[in-house]
Amino acid sequence: MRPKSYSIFGGHGSKSGVEHAAEVIFTVCGFFAVLAVASITLYMIISGTPALFKVGILDILFGTIWMPAAATPSFGILYVILTSIIGTALAILIGVPIGVMTAVFLAEVAPERLTNIVRPAVELLAGIPSVIYGLLGILILNPLMYKIELKIFAGSTTHQFTGGANLISAVLVLALMILPTVINISESALRAVPQHLRSASLALGATKIQTIFSAVLPAAKSGIITAIVLGTGRAIGEAMAISLVSGSSVNMPLPFNSVRFLTTAIVSEMSYSAGLHKQVLFTIGLVLFAFIMLINITLNNLLKKGEESHDK
Amino acid sequence: MKKNYIKVLALAGMAILTMGTLAGCGSKNAETQAPDTKTEAGTTSGTTANETTAKEDTATNLKGSISMVGSTSMEKFATALSEVFMEKYPSVTVQAEFVGSGAGIEAVTNGSADIGNSSRNLKDEEKAKGVAENIVAIDGIAVVSDPANTVDNLTKDQLINIYNGTTTNWKELGGADQPIVVIGREAGSGTRTAFEELLKLEDACKYSNELDSTGAVMAKAASTPGSIGYVSLDVLDDTVKTMKLESVEPTPENIKAGSYFLSRPFVMATKGEISEQSDLVKALFDYIYSDEGKDLVKAVGLIPAN
Repeated sequence: MRPKSYSIFGGHGSKSGVEHAAEVIFTVCGFFAVLAVASITLYMIISGTPALFKVGILDILFGTIWMPAAATPSFGILYVILTSIIGTALAILIGVPIGVMTAVFLAEVAPERLTNIVRPAVELLAGIPSVIYGLLGILILNPLMYKIELKIFAGSTTHQFTGGANLISAVLVLALMILPTVINISESALRAVPQHLRSASLALGATKIQTIFSAVLPAAKSGIITAIVLGTGRAIGEAMAISLVSGSSVNMPLPFNSVRFLTTAIVSEMSYSAGLHKQVLFTIGLVLFAFIMLINITLNNLLKKGEESHDK
Repeated sequence: MKKNYIKVLALAGMAILTMGTLAGCGSKNAETQAPDTKTEAGTTSGTTANETTAKEDTATNLKGSISMVGSTSMEKFATALSEVFMEKYPSVTVQAEFVGSGAGIEAVTNGSADIGNSSRNLKDEEKAKGVAENIVAIDGIAVVSDPANTVDNLTKDQLINIYNGTTTNWKELGGADQPIVVIGREAGSGTRTAFEELLKLEDACKYSNELDSTGAVMAKAASTPGSIGYVSLDVLDDTVKTMKLESVEPTPENIKAGSYFLSRPFVMATKGEISEQSDLVKALFDYIYSDEGKDLVKAVGLIPAN
């Protein structure tokens, strides 16, 4: 044994070589992710920007007519962008309260035995492939929506009937899909709230529910906001499930209109597109990418702020 | 123990890598060998021509390139055809450009292309310039609805009115009081292009659902009361109601007879008859009209012409 070696395993003289090799491998692996992100960003910008200038930035981003294959094509994606924003916002509006309440139930209210049933169910929900959500949407949600649509718009001559494939269906599917993300992260945030906060609140005479809403939830605020932001990211990036239930026509994002999201716009037309049409689809990808980057930056800022407040 | 584990892991990794390289080399060898044997066979058959049949002889001796210009609707068919043909005759290249039917016929008329692809019949003035209309396949589109629909026949005008949004309820067509759910394909789809062209509804259709596959249209039409959609003929089944158009069923027989209006010929126009063409072009048409060619035509969802 050479004195240089500090390994708990015996030295065969190859130790420093192994150490170096391992270091190199780890570094390469570490940079792999960076390389992937950098190249994707570069690729999206290179392939997404030409169309912006060919068609005109304003014409693409604020045009309302999407006719990519017409004799005089028109590439307005305003309705598509609005649909993604409104659809995601509504999904958050529905999904977050349910998700946070479920997290409160799991972390604060539920007896151990019930937690052991609900939590695996939530985890399973996260594991279900998105296409399954879409299929369920087509089989259950769409016919149901069509019945409501027929009732609401009975006798209407201006409404275009969609057979239940509309914004609401897509929003409901999205709301369901973000639940696991919101629940899991909110629950860990709630569990991380120090026990003495609860005790203090209870000692002051607050009821259990008052304690949850006035002491625990505010204390877990940054974690819950993280949950919301991650949920938004999941909702805005989802394609498969909503492409099955949203109808995929480019329309104003009204509740009973058939709508197209940024993701489904790319998915549905990529296969047959060519030339400028394809380039515009990449531009849509770039817009989506920009949205997701924005969400991630917001998330990072929030996390940093959270850490700072903890440090104080 | 732990160190052994790492060693085993490293060894396994090495083994996998080695196998991968070996497998890679193996397939590469096979690939490079294959053309060699083929050329050998070619030269031997060329020199000892009486031993081989005439057909094989021409097959191996064909060399050169064929240029096709024309219809974008025929892109799927033309691409498939050129790929299969080039695989069969490795020293032949088929170049296909997709610029539109009119431009394709123009190119074959002035001799800049061997074949002009056209997804419509030739006009009389085009034929007058000596261009021969060789119909290689027929594209047919079926109109489907949900199985419970009581309407089973539509006229061309009725179909146009449904798709441009003028007719919105089945009761206007003698059916139940039920709104029409108009289903179509996404922009850029060949079926959509053909459908809109045939009904002269280019970019005038008001779809409530734009689905991105034939299967999705079938599923949606089958499950939505009051739906109407269009699909290529080969996918029709009992889950949907197939509409008669002008009282004609969409069968290959009716389409060939020309009585079903939602169909169009795929023409590969040549300057002069096929018999006047080069051996290459003749071989291409021989292939299209062979059984193998017919299977290819069916495989891309079309009806063989003969």
